[in-house]
Amino acid sequence: MTSYALFLGCTIPARQPHYELSARKSLAKLGIELVDLDNMTCCAPPPLQSIDLETSLSIAAYNICLAEEADLNIITLCTGCFESLAMANTLLKEHEKLKERVNKILTSAGKEFKGEKEVRHYLQVLMNDVGLDRLKKSVTKDLGNLKVASFSGCHALRPSHLLKFDDPERPQIFDTLIETLGAKSVWYRNKLKCCGGLLRGYADDVALAIARDKIVNTTKAGADCISTLCPFCFLTLDLGQMLIKSAFHEEYNMPVIHYTELLSLALGIEPKELALDFHKVRLDKMISKIA
Amino acid sequence: MTYEKEEKRPVIEFSKEISSRLGGETITFCYQCGTCASSCPVAKTTEKFNPREVIKQSLLGERQEILTGEAIWLCCSCYNCQERCPQKVEIADVIYALRNTAIKEGNIPNIYTEFASGLMNEGRIVPISKFLEKKRPEVGLPPLKPAGIDALRKILSATGFDKLWPKKEAS
Repeated sequence: MTSYALFLGCTIPARQPHYELSARKSLAKLGIELVDLDNMTCCAPPPLQSIDLETSLSIAAYNICLAEEADLNIITLCTGCFESLAMANTLLKEHEKLKERVNKILTSAGKEFKGEKEVRHYLQVLMNDVGLDRLKKSVTKDLGNLKVASFSGCHALRPSHLLKFDDPERPQIFDTLIETLGAKSVWYRNKLKCCGGLLRGYADDVALAIARDKIVNTTKAGADCISTLCPFCFLTLDLGQMLIKSAFHEEYNMPVIHYTELLSLALGIEPKELALDFHKVRLDKMISKIA
Repeated sequence: MTYEKEEKRPVIEFSKEISSRLGGETITFCYQCGTCASSCPVAKTTEKFNPREVIKQSLLGERQEILTGEAIWLCCSCYNCQERCPQKVEIADVIYALRNTAIKEGNIPNIYTEFASGLMNEGRIVPISKFLEKKRPEVGLPPLKPAGIDALRKILSATGFDKLWPKKEAS
């Protein structure tokens, strides 16, 4: 049993209990223990970095301090949280002066960033702690008829020198993990392009046009579903299809599914245990292809 | 490597200001090749945003136009440009530095005020509804742990973040 401090963030508990549920169920089945710590806060993602970078780094560092005190590495589900925390962790470990500057701020909250822990994306945990062999052996369902369009989102990959996750131009981890479940990962146009989600609330029309591009391209590629890692990408593409319907009068019905949900289904967890009603686009047709 | 000539080059105040800010350090490395613009999903969608133009205007010292304009808010922070920049200009971070400067001067788009008030009031930028909190045990989720709002407020006060919204949020 490997234990991690779970960094849940804001968007998942606020909007996507189905993501959290599938993550808890599937990771427990694979022997990963998630420890919920008291007093975590927002991770300080791009919207806050836009307001003040120094504050954002300090908030991220504060959250890492809690994990350091608990002597645990952090596991993230939300890609935004992964970026904010992993970026701060690398920057502060590598730049002594910046660390001193942030620690001066953290004394106000009685904390000190030491730089002793790692921030892990849950895909890294699946690759390194569970391993592809054990993952493959844990699969009990046949996903062989399923064509999956993987969409890792931006902030699992970039900025790559700080996140150290995968090759930013030719990433492989996510597709490898999809194929390890027995499904087929399909290529589609502009696969690595942003979902536009961070422009929601400021320039909704631009954000929706970018999201539509992703739905159109995955549809053309014949995918049965888009698999996401980030709650923001999920929202942009799942709820986004309702908005595309009213703005463009186009209906795609492209299911969007978090990787943990796909993983849960592959591990034999029943769909009715996964609160799938929180999805806007129904998953029935896609699930019927799993035997 | 430094060149004697470089010291004699005119330094435009605004680019000096931005390069001294966190995130803005690399702005002066730009040689305007346009790799950023051709990598940008937003520039492909709207004419209102072009990262190369934002950097150019900033380097030319068009302070007001940049800080009060719409363009800096249209970056989607995807880091594609930054990843590909041959001059290692940290473009997305430079845009954060420009946004941070604009906000300090009171040019704050509404959505950012919403994010900040969520943070200051609940410790989360996306507040959790009572409905979903009640629903957690029904779907089989453990209760949410409390957010570290007290510690967070101390950090926000130490950096002066809370003073960016003087009266509105205090009441």
